[in-house]
Amino acid sequence: MTLDDLRAALAAVPGREWLDDALARVRTDPDTAGPLFARAERKLGREPLAGDGAWTAGRAARALLLAELADPQRIVTLYQQGDAAERLAVLAALPLLDIGDAGVPLLQDALRTNDARLVAAALGPYAAHLDAATWRQGVVKCVFMGIPLSAVDRLDDRADQELAGMLSALAQERAAAGRRMPDDATALLNRLTVADTSRKQA
Amino acid sequence: MRIFDPHIHMTSRTTDDYRAMAANGVQAVVEPAFWLGQPRTNPGSFADYFDSLIGWEPYRAAQFGIRHHATLALNPKEANDPRCRGVLDLLPRYLDKDGVVAVGEIGYDSMTPAEDEAFAAQLALAISYELPALVHTPHRDKAAGTRRTLDVVAESGIEPGRVAVDHLNEVTVGLVRDSGCWMGFSIYPETKMSPPRMVEIIKAYGTERILVNSAADWGHSDPLLTVETGKALLAAGFTADDVDRVLWRNPVEFYGQSGRLDLSETTPGATFAGSSIARGGS
Repeated sequence: MTLDDLRAALAAVPGREWLDDALARVRTDPDTAGPLFARAERKLGREPLAGDGAWTAGRAARALLLAELADPQRIVTLYQQGDAAERLAVLAALPLLDIGDAGVPLLQDALRTNDARLVAAALGPYAAHLDAATWRQGVVKCVFMGIPLSAVDRLDDRADQELAGMLSALAQERAAAGRRMPDDATALLNRLTVADTSRKQA
Repeated sequence: MRIFDPHIHMTSRTTDDYRAMAANGVQAVVEPAFWLGQPRTNPGSFADYFDSLIGWEPYRAAQFGIRHHATLALNPKEANDPRCRGVLDLLPRYLDKDGVVAVGEIGYDSMTPAEDEAFAAQLALAISYELPALVHTPHRDKAAGTRRTLDVVAESGIEPGRVAVDHLNEVTVGLVRDSGCWMGFSIYPETKMSPPRMVEIIKAYGTERILVNSAADWGHSDPLLTVETGKALLAAGFTADDVDRVLWRNPVEFYGQSGRLDLSETTPGATFAGSSIARGGS
C-alpha cells in the first residue's frame, strides 16, 4: 500500500468529506491535528479497506493526516498521546512517511509493551531502521508472545546466527518445561541451522 | 444472562477476575477513572493512568472477549489537592478518544469549594464533548450530598438523561428518580447495596433508568455481584427480559449516548489471543 493507494481506496467511503475538511485544517493549522487524529476512526469507520485487510478506513485516514502533517516531532507526539488504535495507525503509516529515523523511538516504545498488536506492528517494513540487537529481541519476543512470525518484515533476510542462538536457547528452555515452540519459530531455526551448516561446509 | 458492568475498576483486579467474569456472562465493562488508594501528586500520574484506561486495560479485557470502555475525569477526592488541578487541562485531549464514553467519576467527596469547582468545570466539559456524565455520590452525608449534586447538575444545563448518579441507596434513590437522571447502584459484599436490597428497589421503582454495577476495585468488593443480582431478580419473579434490560440494555442505552460505544465482538485473531497474558506475561 502506498499513500496514493490509500487515497484511492478512501475516494468513495462515507466520511470522505469529513476527511477532506480535516486534511485542509491540518494543512493550514497543524495544531488542530490531535483532536482530528483521535476522531478519524469513528468518522471513517473500522471496516477493512477493499484489497488489504490490514487497513481500515479509519486507519488509512489517520495515515493521510500524518502524511499531511509531515512533521516528525508532531508525528511522534501523536503516537505518544494516542490510544492503542492511534499508536497502531502511526506504526502502520511509518514506512509511508518521509521522516527518516525519527520513528525509531516509537518502535522501541511499542516493543517494550505487552500488547501483541503493537509488538507485531513494530516489526513491519519500517523496522529496517532498527539496529540488529533490538530487531533480534523483537523477533524473539514475538516467539515468546505467540505472535506469528509472518508479522516480521524481511524475516529471512535479516535473521542471522545470533538470532539462531537465541531461538535455540529458547527452544531448550521450552523443552525443559515440556512446552512446545511455535512451529514457525522451529522452522526458522531449522532454516538458519541448515544455512549455517552449508556455510561451514563451503 | 449477558451482563454489562457499567462501573468497575479493572485496573485493580486480576486476570483471574476477567476469566471468572467472562465465564459468568460479563461481556462488556466501563471503567471510570477514580482514585487508586494512594493519592497522586501530579498530573503526569493521571496521564499514565488515563493512557492505561484507553490502552492496556481494553487490550487485557479483549483477551477474555470482554469489551472495555472508560470514563475519564479528575475525581472529587483528588480535586482537593492543588497539585492535581492540572488534570483538568489534560482532560480535553483525552475526552476525544474513541474508548471514552463519559466524563466521570465526578461529583462530591467532602463537598469542598475545590470539589464544587472541579465538578462544574467537568460537567461543562461533558456538554462540550457531547458525552454523558457519571457522578459519584459521597459516602459521608450522602443524602445532603445527593441533593447538592442534583442542584449542580441542574445548574450546569446538561440534560438529566445524560447523567448517571451512582452509589445510591433506599434513602437517595427517590431524589434521583425525580430529577430525570439515571440511578446507579453499586452492589457490594457488605456496604453500599446488596442483591436482596436491589431486588426490593427495582420492585418499588421499576427497571427504567436503573444501572446496576459491582464498582469492584482494590477494596472489599466482588466483580460477580452483578451476576448475583441478576439471579436474585430471577428468583424474585422478574423475567429474563427484565434482567436483560437492567444488566445489559440500560447501560448500552446510557453510554450509547456518547456515540462511541463499540460492542462489536472482540476478534481473538486480531489481538493474538492466547498470547502473553494467557501465558503469564513476558
